[in-house]
Amino acid sequence: MSLDRIVIVGASLAGLRAAEELRARGHEGVITVVGDEPHRPYDRPPLSKQVLTGAKPPESTTLAVAAGSIDDLGLEWRLGESATGLDLADRSVLLGGGERLAFDGLVIATGATPRRLPGTDHLEGVHTLRSLDDSIAIRAALAAGPRRVVVVGAGFIGAEVAASTRSLGIEVSLIEALAVPLERSLGPEMGAVVADLHRDHGVDVHLGVGVVLIEGSDRVERIRLSDGSVLEVDLVVVGIGVSPNTEWLEGSGLTLDNGIVCDATCLAAPGVVAAGDVARWPNERFDEVMRVEHWDNAIEMGEHAARTLLGDATPYTPVPWFWSDQYDRKIQLAGLASPDDIVEVVSGRLEDRRFVAFYGRAGRIVGVLGMNQPAKVMRWRSLVETGASWSDALAVAAATD
Amino acid sequence: MRIVVDYDLCESNALCLTAAPEVFEVRDDDFLYVLQDEPSEELRAKVEEAVRRCPKQAIVIEG
Repeated sequence: MSLDRIVIVGASLAGLRAAEELRARGHEGVITVVGDEPHRPYDRPPLSKQVLTGAKPPESTTLAVAAGSIDDLGLEWRLGESATGLDLADRSVLLGGGERLAFDGLVIATGATPRRLPGTDHLEGVHTLRSLDDSIAIRAALAAGPRRVVVVGAGFIGAEVAASTRSLGIEVSLIEALAVPLERSLGPEMGAVVADLHRDHGVDVHLGVGVVLIEGSDRVERIRLSDGSVLEVDLVVVGIGVSPNTEWLEGSGLTLDNGIVCDATCLAAPGVVAAGDVARWPNERFDEVMRVEHWDNAIEMGEHAARTLLGDATPYTPVPWFWSDQYDRKIQLAGLASPDDIVEVVSGRLEDRRFVAFYGRAGRIVGVLGMNQPAKVMRWRSLVETGASWSDALAVAAATD
Repeated sequence: MRIVVDYDLCESNALCLTAAPEVFEVRDDDFLYVLQDEPSEELRAKVEEAVRRCPKQAIVIEG
């Protein structure tokens, strides 16, 4: 199949890295990149940290490419335009203005959208954080000197927003419906370490508590919680997870189930690949179907999907990796972690907040979590890569700590 | 090929050392050490991978 025209829907990290890989592998045809935001691809991790605190200007987030200038990639940009449909029979993407973009190969990297709290759309001062414009808006609201900021949801975005806001000296309440922060990601024991980290930095932490009502006439004024407490608030940041952006693909023939369902090589249909937050695929390394919202996965999967489009049939079997910076702590996870796993600290101590813990299931190691231990996380990540048994992993850690 | 690390940007995420362990090392003091400033050409692909994988875009190849 000839691939003269490739369309990439989604102009963020996964889409850009897919474009780079296509060029690096010698694809010389037309590559059109469609993005619904007006911006060229930018880096999202600073949006909850340095951009929010003002330590870095928004324009510093523009993504660079390894080859030098992004213009050297020779991409056709369709920015500020939304894809509204996919016609697989006609091999074309429908744009909001009614135009059809014909393709021989398609990369879908449309990312995800933050969930909102119901009944808050009319209220000023209630924000979600995903885009550069979201970050700029929250930054402006923080600069206006709010008396109290309430962060709803203690996942990674919420925890980082709480830490960034606190570092500006602003009073912060962190509300989490589960028993500890990051419980779904890291489990109860490590989540408790993160809860203490926030408390020690002066965050008013409410755990196991839901939001009953957000009140205000035009602007948010107060929040009522399920434990009966009422918080007076000027600014609310909601971080309760994201939904993959697949609405535009309803009825297209692609299989949608909490993301675009792909095969092990990132292929969603003949000549159609998906990558990044929007894609779900069977990761054969772990024998698990996953959708990964990490920065690193956007890069790796974007590149892998591009190679698949060019005819490579290698399964995509990454060891997922992410990091989160909160205050002076760097949390990193290589591999998987779930609340049901066994967890064992193999280096350092939890109370020092400088440690490494292993996650295990079914007799083997699946994850390496570090707090301020980047070198050891990367050293022991190979145990997950090689599928080491739990006992071998513990022995290696003891011998090489 | 010459490697330049912007240490103001580097946060010792240590991705580079998985991509090119011959060139990069993060030691137990949490600082990044460049083991070879001018690695041989055969390491270029690995170093380019390290550049792409750096979460801070702190590594630049000159030449």
